Amino acid sequence: MSTDFKTPTAAARGLGSAKSGTEHHIRQRVSAIALALLVPWFLFAVIAASRSGFDGATAFFAQPWNAILMILTLGAAFYHMRLGMQVVVEDYLGKAGMKQGLLILNTFVCVGLFAATALSVLKIWITASV
Amino acid sequence: MSGSEWTDPRPMSPHLQIWKWHWTMAASIFHRVTGVGNYLGAFLISVWVISIAAGPEAYGVVEGIMLSPVGQILLFFWLTSLLFHFANGIRHMIWDGPKAGFNPKTASAWSVFNFAFAIVAAATIWSLATNLF
Repeated sequence: MSTDFKTPTAAARGLGSAKSGTEHHIRQRVSAIALALLVPWFLFAVIAASRSGFDGATAFFAQPWNAILMILTLGAAFYHMRLGMQVVVEDYLGKAGMKQGLLILNTFVCVGLFAATALSVLKIWITASV
Repeated sequence: MSGSEWTDPRPMSPHLQIWKWHWTMAASIFHRVTGVGNYLGAFLISVWVISIAAGPEAYGVVEGIMLSPVGQILLFFWLTSLLFHFANGIRHMIWDGPKAGFNPKTASAWSVFNFAFAIVAAATIWSLATNLF
């Protein structure tokens, strides 16, 4: 005999979707639209900035537009990466603990790399214009 | 999912090794694979950006790694991965927005195009970058 006194509604509540899927999907697409515009520039930028050593790279990011576009690219890319890797972890890791740990690590890695790289671009730009 | 044990007695959908491979499936799988690849490659580019800010010595070390055979191979694969994810990502937006390209023949042909685009564009950009500049 069952000792579960929950009503069917109470038993089912909380087991459905998290109601955050649409928001995640839209964020993924909006960052993708930004990247579709920024990535062609980014490929050009990496090639142009890396062809003449340290001085060339510094001179490239000393240009305001290059610094701005680079920071925008980094922001859109790390945001898009965090959302994408989140889905990969959620899909393949069922084990509690491991999954949450990797989801937190994913956020920390993306936010940390954005902070470090964006600050680097700012430093190059500010140092060059002083 | 609270545990790692699969307790659902219902039949599972066929897994990768049972499916017959087709282009749209390959494009879908590679979209995810290249997404993870782009994630890992972003570490390399991040180190490069940080090294410019760190100074000439640090930049020299990172530039040495990038120009080494291993670095060049990683960069080329990253470029190819990025271009595939880029092309296939644009298709995802066309699927979601105008809702075009779902016809099986179109979808298959478009998948083949995305793979071809990634390889041809990567080779073209690579040769332009190393020869013209």
